[in-house]
Amino acid sequence: MSILNNINKAFDHRIRLGIMSILAVNENTDFNTLKELLGVTDGNLASHAKSLEKSEYIKVEKQFIGRKPNTKYIITPLGRQEFKRHISALEKLITRK
Amino acid sequence: MESKDYLKDISEIKNIMNRSSRFISLSGLSGVLAGIYALIAACIAHKKLNTLAYMDYTSLSGKDPIRLETEIIYELIFIAICVVILAITSGIILSVKKAKKKKEKLWDVSSKRLVVNFLIPLFVGGLFCIVLLQYGIFFLVAPTTLIFYGLACVNASKYTLGDVRYLGISNIIIGLIATQFIGYGLYFWALGFGVFHIFYGTLMHFKHDRK
Repeated sequence: MSILNNINKAFDHRIRLGIMSILAVNENTDFNTLKELLGVTDGNLASHAKSLEKSEYIKVEKQFIGRKPNTKYIITPLGRQEFKRHISALEKLITRK
Repeated sequence: MESKDYLKDISEIKNIMNRSSRFISLSGLSGVLAGIYALIAACIAHKKLNTLAYMDYTSLSGKDPIRLETEIIYELIFIAICVVILAITSGIILSVKKAKKKKEKLWDVSSKRLVVNFLIPLFVGGLFCIVLLQYGIFFLVAPTTLIFYGLACVNASKYTLGDVRYLGISNIIIGLIATQFIGYGLYFWALGFGVFHIFYGTLMHFKHDRK
C-alpha cells in the first residue's frame, strides 16, 4: 500500500486541509480572511495553523498595519510539495475504487 | 465508504481554492444587460451620425455645420457615459443579489483583486484614447477601446469566472480586425460591447447562476 504512505496525516482534517487549499492558490492570506473563508472560530483556526506551522508546511508573518496587529500565513515550498503529494494520493485512491 | 470521503475532500479543496482566489458572485445577467444597453446606445448613435451624413447645407437653415458636428460628438460622449454608468450599476446590483443568495461577502479580498486587475489595462486604454483624440486620430478610437477592454477582461479572468477570458479574447480579435475597416467603428463596437456581452452573459448565467 504505497499510496497510503503518501496520504499525509497532517492534512487529514477539514480545517487543516482548508488552510492548505487556500494558501496553495494565494500569495498570502491573513488570519481574518482565513477565518471567514473556513467559517471557524479564532481558537480553532489558531491551533490548527499552529500545528501546520510546527510541521513547517506554512510560515507566519506578524506585522502591524497602523496599530492593528496583522498575521499573515504563507505556504512553504515543503508544504506545497507535501500538499501536492497528498492530493495526488487522494486522486489515485478515488480512481482505483 | 472511505473513497467517498476522499471524493468529498477533493471537491472541498477545489471549492475552497476557487472561493479564496476568485470572485465567483459575478452575475451573468449583468453582462446581458450591459450588452443590451450598448446595442440601444449604438442604435441612437447610428441615427445621430446618419442625420449628420445626409445633412446638406441648404437644409441647415442657418445653423453652422461645424458647430452641429461638435454638438453631436458631445451628445455621443454623453450617451457613452450613460451606458457605462448604467452597466456598472446593474452589474453591482445583480452581483450583490447573487452574493447574498450564496451568503458571501461582496467586497472582500477576491473582489478587490478583480476590480484592481480589471481597471489597470482599462485605465491605460482610456488614457491612450485621450492621446489619440489629442492628435486627432479619431478613426483608431473604436478599435483601441475594444482591444484594451479585451485585455482588461483577459487580465481580470484570473480572478473571476473563467468565461470572462473568452469574452476578452473575442474583443481583442474584433478590435484588431476593426483597425482594417476604418469607418465601421460603430458596428464593431455594437458587436464587441453589445452582442458579445449578451452571448457570454447568457452562457455564464446558464452555467453558474441557474442552480
